[in-house]
Amino acid sequence: MNNNHNSGHAIDNSNEHADAHGHGHDDGHIAVAHHPSYGVNILVWIGLLSLTAITVAVAGINLGSLALTVALMIALVKSMFVINFFMHLKFENKVFKIFIGICMLTFIIVLILTFFDLTFRY
Amino acid sequence: MSYNTDTSNQEIQEMVIHRDDFGSKMGMWLFLFTEILLFGGLFILYAGYRYIYPEGFAAAATELDVLLGTINTIILLTSSLTVVLAIVALQKNNKKLSLFFLWVTVICGLVFLVNKYFEWGAKFHHGIYPKGPALQEMSEGEVMYFGLYYVMTGLHGLHIVIGLAFIGFVMWQIHKDVQTSTNFQKLENSGLYWHLVDIIWIFLFPLFYLIH
Repeated sequence: MNNNHNSGHAIDNSNEHADAHGHGHDDGHIAVAHHPSYGVNILVWIGLLSLTAITVAVAGINLGSLALTVALMIALVKSMFVINFFMHLKFENKVFKIFIGICMLTFIIVLILTFFDLTFRY
Repeated sequence: MSYNTDTSNQEIQEMVIHRDDFGSKMGMWLFLFTEILLFGGLFILYAGYRYIYPEGFAAAATELDVLLGTINTIILLTSSLTVVLAIVALQKNNKKLSLFFLWVTVICGLVFLVNKYFEWGAKFHHGIYPKGPALQEMSEGEVMYFGLYYVMTGLHGLHIVIGLAFIGFVMWQIHKDVQTSTNFQKLENSGLYWHLVDIIWIFLFPLFYLIH
């Protein structure tokens, strides 16, 4: 009885493992395609072109000091689209997301420290 | 039972050809982070000088052609799309379509460089170059702006050239069936590089062309 249960469990596990491997999320050294599709990428491209149109149109309006913030926000959204969909980060192992977080954090810390110096001198 | 034979076949394959796609991808991402910090340093320099010389930067930015910048943005976004579509096509085992998409990417990259050539050429023509007559009349802020403009768009242009060479190499490998529907990591890595170059342009475009 116990033996049967165990072997049943083992089959379940192997099926799960095969499924996980088929989608290639975490394990294995051989990369496997993540449901390749043309449609999603074309939609993302249309989104990126729309955001480009918006940022150019907004630049024509005089927003004063807000102009820089708005333009950078749109650029940030655009790059998130590129990173998540074109660079497949959305489907990637967690470790890549942690890496990119550390990278951006390093950049922001250096930027802030630079401005500590600048704001007190100018 | 059938699963077991599958695994052993895959294991044998792995042992024979020594492939590590995960490691290859991670190596590429780590390299891209050093690229981000390289350009990041220049973006911090831009931020610092923009803070010190707001008027000079605003005046100099009006000299750039927004239309040309917008066209180049559209070209780069489209070239990024075609790289992704090339990966999808190869994964679906459509070698011809994959190569077609990569050709579109290469042509987009070349058109981008030609536009840059005309853009820089027009600036030189107007005397905006180191020790150029127009540049010597400008304020310190404007000189800093054009210094950063040439360094950042120049370094970005160099990355386009390197990206094109990388994609060309991968195209040759696809042509020779070295990169296939089950072995496409080099194509993905060249795509990752190309998208990074695209992201850098996504930030360069508003900072240099749009904000006056």
